[in-house]
Amino acid sequence: MSQWIKFASESSAEQPSVLLPAIYDIIWGGLSFIIVLVLFSKFVMPRMREITAERTEKIEGGLARAEKSQAEASELLAQYREALDSANKEASDIRAAAQAERLAIIDEAKKAAAAAAAAVTAQATSALESDRARIATDLRRDLGVAATDLASRIVGESLTDDARATAVVERFVADLEKSAGR
Amino acid sequence: MIANSIAVRLQSVLSASGEEGGGFHAPSISEFFPGPLLFEGTLFELSRINAIGLFMTGVLCLFFVLAFSKNNFVPRGIQNLGEMAVDFVQVQIIDEILGHKGARYAVYLTSMFWLLLAFNITGILPLMHISVTSVIGFPFFLAMVSWIVFNVEGVRANGPGAYLKNNLFPAGVPAPIYILVTPIEFISTFILRPVTLTVRLLANMMSGHLLLVLFFGATQYFLIESDGIMKAVAIPSFFMGFAFTLFEILVAFLQAYIFTLLTAVYIDGATSAEH
Repeated sequence: MSQWIKFASESSAEQPSVLLPAIYDIIWGGLSFIIVLVLFSKFVMPRMREITAERTEKIEGGLARAEKSQAEASELLAQYREALDSANKEASDIRAAAQAERLAIIDEAKKAAAAAAAAVTAQATSALESDRARIATDLRRDLGVAATDLASRIVGESLTDDARATAVVERFVADLEKSAGR
Repeated sequence: MIANSIAVRLQSVLSASGEEGGGFHAPSISEFFPGPLLFEGTLFELSRINAIGLFMTGVLCLFFVLAFSKNNFVPRGIQNLGEMAVDFVQVQIIDEILGHKGARYAVYLTSMFWLLLAFNITGILPLMHISVTSVIGFPFFLAMVSWIVFNVEGVRANGPGAYLKNNLFPAGVPAPIYILVTPIEFISTFILRPVTLTVRLLANMMSGHLLLVLFFGATQYFLIESDGIMKAVAIPSFFMGFAFTLFEILVAFLQAYIFTLLTAVYIDGATSAEH
């Protein structure tokens, strides 16, 4: 440093020291600095703050919007799932009810069929019974007539005497039945 | 202390060339006294260096006006550069040193950094080839502004009594030691800070300029005026000049950064409650 000052002061025969600020250098430098300072305080920094704030706001706004639509989407998804679940439940209820109904219908039909069958059977049985009774009566009468007729012819004796004829016929029929029963 | 050795070397070169009276134009401090262009003898005397300063101020203003005139949401072209320029000081100096206190000083520190860089870089720009900051006026002015700002802000933040006490009577020192410490603190804080700010910048810019003049002057001398094999010396001389030109770009940036950074550090120290 001392060398430098020596050098600076030695040269001061023709020039002032380099360490002595000239007033006009300060004035021009100061003027430049004030111009730049004013430009930065009135224009550059406010605009920088403005655009930075705008970006922050837009980015935060965008994030908020994204969050909102995300929430909406998940709510919608939940609603959809709920609807799907209830639809599924309803369908299975309907299926179960249908199943039960089907079983009931089948049961009822079976019962009805059985009843109808029983009725038909009963009717047939009674018809058969009455037919049999009628046929037996008819046969008995026809057989009686035929037997009387035959006996009168064989015996030559009039068996028109009712009491006797009837007794004979009865005995004969009973014998017939007895042999048929065996 | 590069400045020291250059001063010594220059003295010998100067005296040698003075005797020869030959073609080698040795660099001297007259480089930094270019003489008036306009308004000679008035307060507004305008030297070539002052004219360069005004020109660079105009260029700087034009750049920032163009960069921020559109202020698009999505920056394009020069707006990107402008935003990077403001952002650099904000992130690297203001946020780094001052943190949340920084907003108050953003305009001041950003203006200072970019004007310093504009004034430093002219040392290697064609047609100008001299840094505005290689003349003491502007570094001295900015250092005085820094001194005023950090003292005023210190008093504003802590009150005059506490501010002086923080600086002159650091806590945790036994009372008798203050006899030693207080004068040292006074000189280092209130006198040496602006001096070192000024001289660091000035000496770096002066020495850079002298080195460039020396190497390119020597290149020209050896190439044109020397004979035979001596002409070959122009080649290494030129490359040294070229290398120092690149180095000066770094120095121009670094000195602007250091000046601004130290101002921020001083403001931070002054406005803190305790040291």
